[in-house]
Amino acid sequence: MSKKTTVKAGSKPAAKKAAKPTAKTAVKTSKKTARKDNFGGLSEDILLRMHDLMVKSRVLEERLIKIYKAGEAYFWIGGPGEEAFGVPLGMLARKGQGPEYDWFHLHYRCTPTLLALGMNMIDSIRLIMNRSTDPSTGGRNFANHYCFPQWNVAPVTSPIEVQYPIACGTAHVQKRAGKKALSIVTGGDAGTAEGDFASALILASRKGQELPVLITVQNNKFGISTPFEGQHGETNIADRAKAFNIRSRVINGNDPVETYLAIQEEMEYIRKTGKPSFIEAHVSRLYGHSSADGANKKAHLVDPVVVFENRLLDAGILTEKAIKKIWEIYEAEGIAAQEQARQEPVPTGESVWDHVFVGNENADWRKF
Amino acid sequence: MASVAQAIRMALHYGETNMGVKDIFGQDVGAPLGGVFTATQGLKTAWNSPLDERGIISMAMGIAMGGDRCVAEIQFADYIFNTIDLLKIAGNTLWCTNGQIQLPMVVMTPVGAGIFGSVYHSHSFDAWASRLPGWKIVMPSNPLDAYGLMLAAIQDPNPVLYLKSKALMRHKGDELIPGEPADEKELKAMIDKPVQNSEGWKPRWPGLEEYIVPIGKGKITRSGEHITVVTYSRMVHLCDEVADKLAQEGISVEVIDLRSIYPYDWQMIKSSIEKTGRVLFVNEDTEVTNFGEHLAYRATQELFYQLMARPRVLAGKNLPGIGLHPNLEKNSVPQVHDIELAIREVVAEVP
Repeated sequence: MSKKTTVKAGSKPAAKKAAKPTAKTAVKTSKKTARKDNFGGLSEDILLRMHDLMVKSRVLEERLIKIYKAGEAYFWIGGPGEEAFGVPLGMLARKGQGPEYDWFHLHYRCTPTLLALGMNMIDSIRLIMNRSTDPSTGGRNFANHYCFPQWNVAPVTSPIEVQYPIACGTAHVQKRAGKKALSIVTGGDAGTAEGDFASALILASRKGQELPVLITVQNNKFGISTPFEGQHGETNIADRAKAFNIRSRVINGNDPVETYLAIQEEMEYIRKTGKPSFIEAHVSRLYGHSSADGANKKAHLVDPVVVFENRLLDAGILTEKAIKKIWEIYEAEGIAAQEQARQEPVPTGESVWDHVFVGNENADWRKF
Repeated sequence: MASVAQAIRMALHYGETNMGVKDIFGQDVGAPLGGVFTATQGLKTAWNSPLDERGIISMAMGIAMGGDRCVAEIQFADYIFNTIDLLKIAGNTLWCTNGQIQLPMVVMTPVGAGIFGSVYHSHSFDAWASRLPGWKIVMPSNPLDAYGLMLAAIQDPNPVLYLKSKALMRHKGDELIPGEPADEKELKAMIDKPVQNSEGWKPRWPGLEEYIVPIGKGKITRSGEHITVVTYSRMVHLCDEVADKLAQEGISVEVIDLRSIYPYDWQMIKSSIEKTGRVLFVNEDTEVTNFGEHLAYRATQELFYQLMARPRVLAGKNLPGIGLHPNLEKNSVPQVHDIELAIREVVAEVP
């Protein structure tokens, strides 16, 4: 994150202003209301960082949709609506490379988490615009198929749910390393129908061989166009974890405060016990599944960024002016990033044989 | 002499002792059984996984991603088919991440017919495996190669499929593995778990040494002048037998044990065909879209004007399965007489 776009630069002064609201800063509610909402005891700094990253994530995702709709990308898929879940997840993890740090096995709705880890907006834009400068795939894969080995971010895969049991593999390595690190896996509600989801529950929970995995499901109530009720008999997906003696809970994933506290608690449990934990988070899918179904905003759904923003306004922690500034900064950053990415090189045709094998070892049978 | 199963076991022991292998796992791979073919008996890092092929492959991917070396087993290749998209992902991970994520993992699985295993214990996987870019695929035919290819597979930074013939598990070779005692009874006493009173048993491993068979390098098992026969795994022995028989009639057959499906030793095949002008590709996978077809295609493309006869592929019949009765199995996958007949036909062909 550049200094220009950090919360510290953009919103700290606003928080100070909020202590003495004026007509100019247009704080909507009284101090009395603010005192009522104690945000679970989270510090103002955490709240402001969460808000800043949520806005950044939303602006970025909307920028990606615009890039797709402008014909500068072939496909969009992403996670606007999951900011209140993804941002706290990224903020709370132990970030780094190697088994002593947390591993991330994420799905393609994970932009908020990646931004919270420190990804620059332009790196997501390079990915959707298939530039060779795209640090995740070198222009080889779809939007949001991130990979950041320096933060233990495993490659996002197109087949859904395969990331769940793979997470058990990294958790196995982490457990052996004995550094109290954990593997985090995210995915959607529809994908839990895949057998890989059951594989993960089994592998993570074997008696005496439990694995430090934070298993999460972001339940947005849809599998592309099939509603939750059309493919689930269980009341809560989290109930399935109970059958494996995995501690589980259902949370409102549209509330960053509830999410932050829940993830924090579950991570502490996993680090302490070495056992898995399960969180089902209810979230909104604000722009549909992908460009395949239009990627248009669903106005009837809860918008977690707006709701949280209003709470912060009501509490006097943010001002409308400060909020406006944050959105403007990220809009400008997104546009500049798109313009820059446009100028950057694309993969060459000859590079198709690169990285089939480690060290660019010859993979072309014509040359054996 | 060690059997193939003992050779694999010794290679895995060498791997976990000297090459950083930390997990050898799969269904029944750990104690008490040590693998349905005993190939993982007595190994210190061997453990039993749930009966879940997809879970096994995923775990291996995660372990490799996490930075540790592992060897995973699918109990029979017949049950690897439900993992094929995971194998695809494992093979494309390095490419998709533009070279960032390596998956140095070994997946071993018994393949092929020859044990009268019926419809679901006789599958071949070599042609399927050859369609998994990013993987290296090896198929040893004897204990020494089984040892050397396993060490090569463990050492390789890429995912490697180690396809071991079910029918060869008890096969004994004629070359000692470096460090193996010359007396096979002595070896058995050292590393085979006793059938009875095995409680508390621990193997006494011989002083094994590193021996690598490079992936992608074939071996000429019979030198000849009249025809090249390219094969691998169990079929090597059938082809050698035919070559020995025909040699008595003055038909000189060169047999190449390919040892690796991908990458494969084209230079060895090429120079042999340039010498003999005739070629037969033999394997037991089904004949339609067979790996031998790819080699025959390449031979036609690159060596057309040096060929004295049409290249031919002899493979398993394109059937849904291999029937249990010996009459069914033997009429489904190539037998000695089929190979002999095919060689005679190709040798007799005149341009």
